[in-house]
Amino acid sequence: MNSIISAVLVLGVLGAVFGLILAVASKVFEVEKNELLEPVMDALPGANCGGCGFAGCSTCAQAIIDGKAPPNACPVGGEASAEKIAALLGLEMNKNTRLSAFVNCSGGNNAVKKYQYLGLKDCHAAMKIAGGPTECAYGCIGLGSCVSACMFGALSIQNGVAKVDHEKCTGCLRCVEACPKQIIHPVPYYADVNVACSSHERGAVLRKICNIGCLGCKICERTCQHDAIHVVDNLAVIDYDKCIGCGECALKCPRHLISDANLDRTPHVSSVDKAANS
Amino acid sequence: MSFTSLFSIALGAILVENYILVQFLGICPFLGVSKKTDTAFGMSMAVIFVMAVASAVTWLVNNFLLERLGLQFMQTVAFILVIAALVQFVEMFLQKAMPALYQSLGIYLPLITTNCAVLGVALLNVQSGYNFIEAVINGTAAAVGFSLALMLFASIRERLEFAEYPKSFEGFPIALITAALLAISFMGFSGLEVFK
Repeated sequence: MNSIISAVLVLGVLGAVFGLILAVASKVFEVEKNELLEPVMDALPGANCGGCGFAGCSTCAQAIIDGKAPPNACPVGGEASAEKIAALLGLEMNKNTRLSAFVNCSGGNNAVKKYQYLGLKDCHAAMKIAGGPTECAYGCIGLGSCVSACMFGALSIQNGVAKVDHEKCTGCLRCVEACPKQIIHPVPYYADVNVACSSHERGAVLRKICNIGCLGCKICERTCQHDAIHVVDNLAVIDYDKCIGCGECALKCPRHLISDANLDRTPHVSSVDKAANS
Repeated sequence: MSFTSLFSIALGAILVENYILVQFLGICPFLGVSKKTDTAFGMSMAVIFVMAVASAVTWLVNNFLLERLGLQFMQTVAFILVIAALVQFVEMFLQKAMPALYQSLGIYLPLITTNCAVLGVALLNVQSGYNFIEAVINGTAAAVGFSLALMLFASIRERLEFAEYPKSFEGFPIALITAALLAISFMGFSGLEVFK
């Protein structure tokens, strides 16, 4: 009994003494913290996942306050947290800065294969054998290196081609780095039309190796009223600053490879502005 | 207690009984903060401070409080309390004096509290029956040994950045192999006895 009491007393006194020392030290070494830090931290998810490229949520919050990172730096919190932070800091939230990934290929099962690949299920490994099993040098291999790179389950292989689930994509762009063919590109989240092909082959060559790829026929270029789509090196390229997302090019494309699956989405912000001006 | 016996304790704690590479204590910061030499250096300094002061304070607490009252069974709890308070103090000091270092150490700074090297040195001091000066020397030398291993490892890892190895070894696998080779090299010191 006696030892219990003395044990409690000793530890209690020790704790109290150290507590006192620390209390004094915390006053002496007090660091002024930005008063915005706490509310910005609250707006972030707090998972400390490092998806933003900073060490943790507090570092990210500090960078956002210092202006070293945009309010939408957190790919996990997405739009909701970005809007809260922008409101806290009194910043205008530019929606066009939000990115999402897009796979610029729709070949897959529509494309001619050079050989049957039976090796490791990894695009990098397949690339080592004659540049991959697809005849098209720009085509998606479809073994899903991007799928395993995605931390948010936004990618899947459909008909032999990787496809990004637009709603799940947070724009962290890990898949862009993971793709050995470099055919996944960052596009504005609010981009309504995208060209699902990366091939720079001439039409006559491409016709033999892919049933769907861009032939460079320039029908889209002629259709576009806004000078927003151009054929460069046998491939249609969209200028997202000019595109209003009318989807005319997608309707006219003879290969149906300009995707316009998101007609029901909130309209492109700049397109609303442009419509108001014209 | 002569100078030579103190020297023998210090050399033993630094090389022969190196806390990381021979006794495998304090592995968490060894792998966590060894990517860059400057953060490794900051961590080393913090650990040297904590281990030296912890050795002194735990010796005082043990000999003047716990032993007198027959409370040796409270050693671990009391020592953890001392170490936690010290680490808190270091953390506050670093945040004020060296914010850049505080940032780069990140989570590993409060984790010194649970660094088993620190608790280990306090308990081993008691076990070996050291007097106050020997305990402080042993604690400081053990921390210097910790720093030596950490700095060596960090400099090797910095060089590994430019080395060519298979992609699947990137990150921790190559670090663990390096650590194993480093530990083997420290086995060369085993059996080294000075002035005994």
